[in-house]
Amino acid sequence: MSGAAALVGGGIMRVVSWPLEALQRRVGAAGMPYAFVAPNLLIFAIFVVAPMVLNIWYAVTGGTELMPGSRPYVGGSNFAELAACGNYLVVETCRQDRFWRAVGNTTWFVGFQVIGMILLSLITALILNRPIRARGFFRAVFFYPVLLSPVVVALIWKWILQPDGVLNAVLVGAGGARVPFLLDPGWAFSWTVLVSIWAHMGFYTLILLAGLQAIPPDLYEAAAMDGTPRWRAFWRITLPLLMPNMLVVLVLGLIRAVQAFDEIFILTGGGPGTATQYLVQYIYETAFANQIHILGLAAAASILVGGVLLVLTLLQMLFSARAKS
Amino acid sequence: MRSILRRSMFGVLALGALIVPIAARAATEVRIMWYSDGNEGEVVRDLLNRFETANPDIKVILDTVPYKTITENLPAQVASGQAPDMARVTDLGSQAQYYLDITPYIKDQAYWQAEFPNTLQWTRPAGKTDGIYGLMTQLTVTLPFVNESLFEQAGVAVPGPKATWQEWATAAAAVAKKVNAPIPIAIDRSGHRIFGMAISMGAKIWDGDKVALVDPGFKAMTQLIYDWHRDGVMAKQIWGSVGGTAYRGATEEFANGQVVVYVSGTWQIAQFAKTIGDGFDWHAVPSPCGPAACTGLPGGAALVAYKTTKHPAEVARIMDYLASEPVAREFYARTLFLPAHASMLKSGIDYQTKLPQVKESLQSGIAAIAALSPLAYRVQGYAQNRVLFNPTISRLNQAISGEMTLPDAWTRISSDVQDALQAQAVK
Repeated sequence: MSGAAALVGGGIMRVVSWPLEALQRRVGAAGMPYAFVAPNLLIFAIFVVAPMVLNIWYAVTGGTELMPGSRPYVGGSNFAELAACGNYLVVETCRQDRFWRAVGNTTWFVGFQVIGMILLSLITALILNRPIRARGFFRAVFFYPVLLSPVVVALIWKWILQPDGVLNAVLVGAGGARVPFLLDPGWAFSWTVLVSIWAHMGFYTLILLAGLQAIPPDLYEAAAMDGTPRWRAFWRITLPLLMPNMLVVLVLGLIRAVQAFDEIFILTGGGPGTATQYLVQYIYETAFANQIHILGLAAAASILVGGVLLVLTLLQMLFSARAKS
Repeated sequence: MRSILRRSMFGVLALGALIVPIAARAATEVRIMWYSDGNEGEVVRDLLNRFETANPDIKVILDTVPYKTITENLPAQVASGQAPDMARVTDLGSQAQYYLDITPYIKDQAYWQAEFPNTLQWTRPAGKTDGIYGLMTQLTVTLPFVNESLFEQAGVAVPGPKATWQEWATAAAAVAKKVNAPIPIAIDRSGHRIFGMAISMGAKIWDGDKVALVDPGFKAMTQLIYDWHRDGVMAKQIWGSVGGTAYRGATEEFANGQVVVYVSGTWQIAQFAKTIGDGFDWHAVPSPCGPAACTGLPGGAALVAYKTTKHPAEVARIMDYLASEPVAREFYARTLFLPAHASMLKSGIDYQTKLPQVKESLQSGIAAIAALSPLAYRVQGYAQNRVLFNPTISRLNQAISGEMTLPDAWTRISSDVQDALQAQAVK
């Protein structure tokens, strides 16, 4: 059996070796790693670098033409248009008021969503780290929403929250009144935060759980022998040793929250009014949803979002480096 | 081993060289990007199958896509030179510079000119007054659908043909109150649906050739919709449940008997025939009146070919076939669509339905087309009409949800329209 396998393996090697040998003769042994990386680099260049460069070009050009060569250069006027505000605290005084509403909404959303998600993920991870019954099952349950498509998540919650949805049916059945969960700006905003937390917290719980499991049990045993209360052990042992994971969760959560779009767009469409319209939706609508596609303005806004994400990514790298050292 | 591999490769290449020209000669492939509201996709496929049998040199591939793909993705695809051969579109004028003039390829120009006199202009590029750029697969008109069963249960008379918007609102609110219906009036969250109402209220839209959207008539229309949301005549769950320019209809709510009067369009008739049937008494009624007119807005979907097609003659043969009277008649009869075809509008169509509601509604649609205001045709023919529609929807919605006052919304609508038109003027 092993002889036959070796024969087949040898045959395959003979078939694939000649192009590799030819390649090595052409690029040399030192060039082989670059040759292997080249296909991926090409894909990266086509699908990441080129769109980024194009996006910068769109941001400094005007008009509504799609083809880059047909667009007139306008310098920083798209950025100036976005920044034109009488008073940054009064959104009505801004020329692109929808952009500033989206900035405001996104800021609030990021604040509530990230804090809420870290707290809930931490509590969940702490519980799942304890020797409770059916622990494996519960870990799967909390992780399951992460596996769902954002469209599915949004449709499930829409079904629950709409005026004649499940939650209102329960409320009315219990003798209460219908609540406009998705029609009142405050309620709609709160639900976008909660749905987003529900959909993503499983992933962050897993990161924190891994961190908790890496804490040596001896520390807790020593603390218990010293008569340290549980809350003190949490503050003095768990939290400091979990900090590197917490930082990763914080930065990843921030990046993800700034990018929020898919499930919220399907759940509320950005409404009511613009109560749940966040930055990515603003960019999408400015670029594509209106009949006249104002691509320059959308590109300028996306560069600003990209800048925020770059800062957050650099922070993550900095924290990771510190944690390692 | 190497020689075996090389021989195999040569064999495959040689076989390919033989097969490809044969396959290419076998049939010219024409791709149509198509969306469906009802059964029109199945009907057109059936008709195209017959066309393929009669024309074995042409194979028609129908790429069925969601409507959103037509409105959002197709324009970018077309602008980048990657258009399909043909597409079924509703945003007729704004992409007209990319449409192919099929005049040189069709059999009988006079037939097209005589049978589609009012709609050929809708697909012509700006400044053009001749040429054949599209075939209207469906003519639509906005009008209200009434749940007559609810009126009967409430003991309220259905307003007559010349009733005003306010009279309809009063009647619908009275019905809803008596029968405990949650939505007295629902209007699709679409600019197209409310511009007929604006024209009826006296909106002029243009001052000469210049767009001057926010005038007293337009303000009167937006004020009505704003007030109806305040006093419960319109439920927030239609306009308030989404943001931006997103479309939201009340098709399901109407079919479930929750809406007394639903302002939508004739393309819903086929849907309602299927979803409601004779579950309750429903039918379309003439457009309500304002001080200036009693008009809805025309619209519809057109099949257009793109200049980038490599098969203009084949595309024109498909267009000729679908425009021919027996084929078009069968298409309209089976899909329950209003025809854009002048002779059929006059002679009528024997629609394939036994439901009196459907026949009555289609009759109301045909009557509504005859009653359309010339300004309504102008709005539909305006290439950038969504530049008027979209800000109206999004800003009015912000006012309804309490983010801004209605006068602020009017100011923003004006500036949004001007910004969009200026952006387009930058060359």
